Amino acid sequence: MSTQSTIYLDYASTTPVDPRVASKMMEFLTPDGEFGNPASRSHRFGWKADEAVEEARSHVSGLVNCDPREIVWTSGATEADNLAIKGVARFYKSKGNHIITSKIEHKAVLDPCRQLEREGFEVTYLDPNEKGVITPEVIKSAIQENTILVSIMHINNELGTVNDIEKIGKITRDNGILFHVDAAQSTGKINIDLKNLNVDLMSFSAHKTYGPKGIGALYVRRKPRVRLEALIHGGGHERGMRSGTLATHQIVGMGEAFRIANVEMESDCEKVSEYHEQFLKKVQEIDHVYINGDLKNKVPNILNVSFNFVEGESLIMGLKDIAVSSGSACTSASLEPSYVLRALGRKDELAHSSIRFSFGRFTNDDDVNNTLEILSNVVHRLRELSPLWEMHLDGIDLDTVEWKLH
Amino acid sequence: MAYSKKVVEKFENTINNPEAFKVGRFDPKELNVGTGMVGAPACGDVMKLQIKCEPKGNTHVIKDVKFKTYGCGSAIASSSELVEMLIGKTLEEAKAIKNIEIVEALELPPIKIHCSVLAEDSIKQAIEDYESKQ
Repeated sequence: MSTQSTIYLDYASTTPVDPRVASKMMEFLTPDGEFGNPASRSHRFGWKADEAVEEARSHVSGLVNCDPREIVWTSGATEADNLAIKGVARFYKSKGNHIITSKIEHKAVLDPCRQLEREGFEVTYLDPNEKGVITPEVIKSAIQENTILVSIMHINNELGTVNDIEKIGKITRDNGILFHVDAAQSTGKINIDLKNLNVDLMSFSAHKTYGPKGIGALYVRRKPRVRLEALIHGGGHERGMRSGTLATHQIVGMGEAFRIANVEMESDCEKVSEYHEQFLKKVQEIDHVYINGDLKNKVPNILNVSFNFVEGESLIMGLKDIAVSSGSACTSASLEPSYVLRALGRKDELAHSSIRFSFGRFTNDDDVNNTLEILSNVVHRLRELSPLWEMHLDGIDLDTVEWKLH
Repeated sequence: MAYSKKVVEKFENTINNPEAFKVGRFDPKELNVGTGMVGAPACGDVMKLQIKCEPKGNTHVIKDVKFKTYGCGSAIASSSELVEMLIGKTLEEAKAIKNIEIVEALELPPIKIHCSVLAEDSIKQAIEDYESKQ
């Protein structure tokens, strides 16, 4: 997307709204559009808005193969994760108080789990393997008598690695444990077939799939039925699971985005895979580059690379006309390097050196070629500036150096 | 995170024109060279600063400086800023440089103040190393 001078390679962070989606959303805002409250049962304005909401619901359910009645609108994947985790834990607390999740989950899962710990729940945070995957085996061995919920992401947002939710679901179902999956990164990238998965709850986001920000959904299985304690009360919308007037235009936007994703997933993936291959090949021509995550088991739209001896934030600053993300501490408010990369057992310095490139529907050849050219140039310049690179060239093993901390 | 214009300028000038901005190294064994290296890769920043001095009266003057920095943009800009301050200074004057001068020159935000502290520590160490050789 080169309409502006900055190249956008941060699609895993958010995507632009597809213009087709935006124009559909516009039909549900203004006086000449369908602006009604979908909960108004007594007039045409309400009926039309309700129709649009239900059509959108069926587009969402159509993409992931479930019943439309199993989709609950939320303000985004964060709320969906909160509703799933806190909602299930609080509803089923008489059955048990143990929850299993992983160290590489999004904060939208980790923070609700921390909150539940404060409420007296016990949470196990599983380590990924060195490839960034949570294996079904480690989940199986973490199950206890009092486990009520397993929450594992489908695709990791930093690495793009894919967890085997089919196998994990079999284990949780066999053990009578509910299974929640954060699928914010999955829609439009990988096929999801909820009718044939033993997944009980799944979180979705619109804005990672060319829909608007501020809208998401939670899949809540009907058979066998999953129950939740609501987080937001007031009006009993969404069968009591999530009250609040439905944001028709946002919902229509998410529906349209997911409808398009269903039609175009294959061509989107094909295109992105080509860019991924091209990028990978060129990046690996640079010395001392490490690919984070499992190349054999990841989605092609995300590529996470560590450039050893170069700090990630300075690299991002060097790539000034390219929008990417870094696992570097310096880009976060906490000054901690990426907890995901650390969980893989990567050395801190490699976590500091990591950049996530993510491609999408509007990426073009020029974006990729220009980025690759600038990238190798900037890495070279920053290494010339790096005392670590100098020491490395002098044959010094950095692990044996006694660093003077400041 | 938004950077001050000054940090961005300093960073870009330094990486685009490393020689003019004193990126490089002296032989640390030379008697008129003092080397300081602070920080750690695991923390995300390492700065190496070298001064080349000569005696003048009853003190020593910094004639030239070289540095290399691994770290965020602000760390690189901070070292570059410090280096500019050092040339021509006596060791006493150099010792008196405070991190706050770098903070002000680059308009560093609070979260990046540690970058300027790193720079201040590096010159202290380099002077210590130089003095130990005299």
